[in-house]
Amino acid sequence: MASEYAIELKNITKRFGTILANDNVNLTVKYGEILSVLGENGSGKTTLMNMISGIYFPDHGQIFINGEEVVIRSPKDAFAHKIGMIHQHFKLVDVLNATENIVLGLNEGKKFDIKESAKRVAEICEQFGFELDPYKKIYEMSVSEKQTVEIIKVLYRGADVLILDEPTAVLTPQETQKLFRVLRKMRDNGKAIIIITHKLHEVLSLSDRVSVLCKGKYIGTVNTAETNESELTEMMVGKKISLNIHRSVPKDPQDRLVIRHLNCINREGVKQLDDVSFTAKSGEILGIAGIAGSGQKELLEAIAGLQRLASGEILYLNPQTGKTDNLRDKTPQQIRDLGVRLSFVPEDRLGMGLVGNMDIVDNMMLRSYRKGKSGFLKRKQPKNLAESVIEQLEVVTPSAATPVRRLSGGNVQKVLVGREIAESPTVFMAAYPVRGLDINSSFLIYNLLNEQKENGVAVIFVGEDLDVLLELCDRILVIGSGRVAGIVDGRTATKEEVGLLMTKGANHLQEGAAHE
Amino acid sequence: MIVEFIPRAVVQGIPLLFGSTGEIITEKSGHLNLGIPGIMYVGAISGVIGAFFYEQSTPNVQPFLAVLIPLLCSVLGSFLMGLIYSFLTVTLRANQNVTGLALTTFGVGIGNFFGGSLIKLTNSEVPSIVLSATSRCFKQTLPFADKLGVFGELFFSYSFLAYAAILIAFIAAYILKKTRVGLNLRAVGENPATADAAGINVGRYKYAATCIGSVIAGLGGLYYIMDYACGVWSNDGFGDRGWLAIALVIFAIWKPDFGIIGSFLFGALYLLYNIVYTYMKIGFIEQEIFKMAPYVVTILVLIAISMRRKREFQPPAALGLPYFREER
Amino acid sequence: MSKKNKPEKSTQEPLFHIVKRSGLVWWKSWLIRLAAIVLALIFSGIVAFLLTKENPISLYATMIDGALGTKRRVWSLLQNLAMLLCVSLAITPAFKMRFWNIGAEGQVLIGGLATTACMILFGNKLSSPVLILVMIVTSILAGAIWAIIPAYFKAKWQTNETLFTLMMNYIAIQTVSCFVYKWSVPKGSGKIGEINGATQAGWLPSIGGNKYLLNILIVLALTIALYIYLKYSKHGYEISVVGESEKTANYIGINVKKVIIRTMFLSGALCGIAGFLLVAGADHTLTTDTAAGRGFTAIMVSWLAKFNPVYMIFASLLLVFLEKGAIEISTVFGLNKAFSEIITGIIIFFIIGSEFFINYSIQFRESAKEEQK
Repeated sequence: MASEYAIELKNITKRFGTILANDNVNLTVKYGEILSVLGENGSGKTTLMNMISGIYFPDHGQIFINGEEVVIRSPKDAFAHKIGMIHQHFKLVDVLNATENIVLGLNEGKKFDIKESAKRVAEICEQFGFELDPYKKIYEMSVSEKQTVEIIKVLYRGADVLILDEPTAVLTPQETQKLFRVLRKMRDNGKAIIIITHKLHEVLSLSDRVSVLCKGKYIGTVNTAETNESELTEMMVGKKISLNIHRSVPKDPQDRLVIRHLNCINREGVKQLDDVSFTAKSGEILGIAGIAGSGQKELLEAIAGLQRLASGEILYLNPQTGKTDNLRDKTPQQIRDLGVRLSFVPEDRLGMGLVGNMDIVDNMMLRSYRKGKSGFLKRKQPKNLAESVIEQLEVVTPSAATPVRRLSGGNVQKVLVGREIAESPTVFMAAYPVRGLDINSSFLIYNLLNEQKENGVAVIFVGEDLDVLLELCDRILVIGSGRVAGIVDGRTATKEEVGLLMTKGANHLQEGAAHE
Repeated sequence: MIVEFIPRAVVQGIPLLFGSTGEIITEKSGHLNLGIPGIMYVGAISGVIGAFFYEQSTPNVQPFLAVLIPLLCSVLGSFLMGLIYSFLTVTLRANQNVTGLALTTFGVGIGNFFGGSLIKLTNSEVPSIVLSATSRCFKQTLPFADKLGVFGELFFSYSFLAYAAILIAFIAAYILKKTRVGLNLRAVGENPATADAAGINVGRYKYAATCIGSVIAGLGGLYYIMDYACGVWSNDGFGDRGWLAIALVIFAIWKPDFGIIGSFLFGALYLLYNIVYTYMKIGFIEQEIFKMAPYVVTILVLIAISMRRKREFQPPAALGLPYFREER
Repeated sequence: MSKKNKPEKSTQEPLFHIVKRSGLVWWKSWLIRLAAIVLALIFSGIVAFLLTKENPISLYATMIDGALGTKRRVWSLLQNLAMLLCVSLAITPAFKMRFWNIGAEGQVLIGGLATTACMILFGNKLSSPVLILVMIVTSILAGAIWAIIPAYFKAKWQTNETLFTLMMNYIAIQTVSCFVYKWSVPKGSGKIGEINGATQAGWLPSIGGNKYLLNILIVLALTIALYIYLKYSKHGYEISVVGESEKTANYIGINVKKVIIRTMFLSGALCGIAGFLLVAGADHTLTTDTAAGRGFTAIMVSWLAKFNPVYMIFASLLLVFLEKGAIEISTVFGLNKAFSEIITGIIIFFIIGSEFFINYSIQFRESAKEEQK
């Protein structure tokens, strides 16, 4: 029995431990259309798609392909049904080259011949206008090259259904436009395309229909032509919440952290930071905007004493002593010994900021356990701190003795931020502190940042959502390909202005590379 | 002197070559199998058991059966050992180091237990089993080897299992480098999640690599008994060759063809004390010092590759880590 | 099942799939381990029965008799337990740090060698308390140096420690072998024999006529000390953080290299003490087999006990009991000693396997479907 749908999902439910990732989700996609799956971070979009591509297996529910119920047990089954997924985190083997990655796991029936395959890869590149050296090793590639490999991989297999998980998150606007052209071309060839995203303008410019998920639940599907941004936002967040983030006028801002001409080169010899200079002031929030991977991580880690620099200075103006210290090439311990009270909420919460297998109390101790001369630990204070953080930040946990690995993303973040604030810092840095958090938790974090600012702390906030940056920050530093593209006033700047600066930085580097 | 020395180094190196080729295949699937010493032991004793009962059952030993029976027994024994290891580490995702060490304890136990039992059956004066008839069949060399003088001695004086070891190493190198199966296997060891997403049956590759690796390593044990030791089994006679085979994997930077040269070099280092003794008449104490040579060299290589940090010289990225698809 | 509208499709559905548990009540996890041990004993009983054709019950009775039958056997069991426990304690800080020190065998031997050297060289020159003190210090240093070498390279260049420490074992064995020849009595025999047999210089004193009691008490004290060190000291906390995540350790300013070297110093030092106790407190001689594979067995003990020093007492007891019992079975029923290694292997396989059922649960598709309806 044929069906008008390429794929139809019915009542799909998936749980991870106590977390309900997908709750009775329904979804359809037709051949020759682009469907957007829209939802905030953590709304279950990726989990749902992983069940179509065979990475996860649903707890309940049915999957139909061309009207036939199927069981997708593994990615191999998905390929057999001509479904191909391009993951957000690329699934590539670093030490293999492009062609080897593309033909990986494929059984073409005839004799294995890497040269023949490389030729076909080159053909596909030409057909769709990609630029790629089929023999280049993955570990030598840029992010956008890696994505190209991923897309060619799916095309090489002749997939009829393509699923792309946040494909534009790592791309420049030009690269995004190029990608959209390819996707439209494939749609016109009769392929079914699902694109996961949380960017509304992309949804509106690219897709035919939009399905919206919110907190694991299926909200509904609308035709793109018949909808608009505010309707979609309403569906996405459940109820209409305008981003009214409170912003006070900075009181008596003074230079706290002066960054001069930072340069940082990674192991592969690529410049991660290129002559970065700026000043962070007490009593204000400095936002850092930019495409993911433009050097935000390296910048914060350099300040925190975790990243080696090629050159430059990080000057800290100590408000207590009035002295100026250079923090460059100091270890986190040396920085603390200087009396610098620096707090840092890193992007990788469980891998860096916390220890997943330790309980909340022991995680609270991470910063403070050294205090006192005794060789033994004192768990009383951390225990009190844990309990007060749990109470004040409304952390949902069975007890303070629960390993943080078992908490949900938002609660993990509350524990981390709570600990960092408890150190009463003079500089507070946070990288993507609301990623994966629900609206309420996000606002709790914004309020905490504002509280710090009002206490005279120099706050540095790395964000990805321009609306939040524009409403929360006093000044916004835009970074592109490791360069400072510009610093704008958060009160007067427009979204377009910031977006433009983000691309400008990227172009700069390409010009620089051309000169060399 | 060199001419006399090289064949001895080769014969000494062949068991290590089997072991390291087997271990490389296993490690390429992401599994550090520290059970290799036990597996080689079982490979040896299984062959001995087969040969023993065949020699007992018939007065005139047929060369074909005398080779085939121990060979099949050895393959079966080490295959079962590989199966135990893969069941625990792949299906049950157990800690690889602990499982490997337990497998070595178990394997050495099996070897010494059945070895000891057979020795008792023979009522022999010395604590060993002698299978000279079987060994003669295994040691059959090419008939024209003697006629070629030095050249023949260097290249044609070995038994078929020695050539098999080299051939297997070359085939393994070819498969890893040039075939679809090899590509898939490398991907499994480097990044199992990616391999899985590409539709490769990760579990099946891990099982196959571990079991095939075990069988190859087990042949090293068989070669040691039937050729090197001239068919004489004595308990604990195999020594620390299993660990040395694991060391050889590093020396060969996870490339089976490098392992061939490496094994001969290791064989030479293993014999160094003996050579020095023969030509310089050193005492026992100095000999013991020279016996350290292969281990010291391995450590130096280990340090050297860790200092170079070249991407291609590193162990498979997922070595030692269990893989669970739904990990979050 | 008949409720299904398309029964022919049922073959396509996976029968079960595996889910990671988010946590299991402690008593349930111990129940699973206990069940594994019982199953392993039944299975070993069957194996033993097949090999000996004896009644399994009488086999186990023989085992218990072999391990605990006489007062001398009990003391010998306790001594072996203490020694295995001591080496297990030694490797635990390293393992907790995810530093796979499989070189305990060599570190123990080198510690034993240092003790032996002191006994032979200073046996007539120093008074007994001074001599013993010198022996302790040198064996601690010897074991620690042996452990620090791989630790240094790990800290500096991330050199693979599993393979490095493994190789160090054989260098230790050859070094010991060297000195055994050098000091052999009579010359050239390749055996040292009893050291200072006449004067008993450097021998640990027996307490109340029990020559092993002091050893046992020392190891017991070490067990408690290590438990406190790992759980309540700042060093112990740092070890846990480094083991769980090196990135976190860097982030909060722990000097990871320093912790690696310091912890391996401790690990090697404890191995050195084990070597000292083996030579001065029990064997009064040195061979290349003085450590008797404890360096490897200890890894299983430490891992089975989840790196908890108190649980390690029970894990060591289990393994030593098996060894002693199996040796008795082999003498009584005419099997050979290696039988104990087979039994040990089987039991460890079962316990390792049981961990799976603690960390994962198997969910059957069928029951999930019915729940839905």
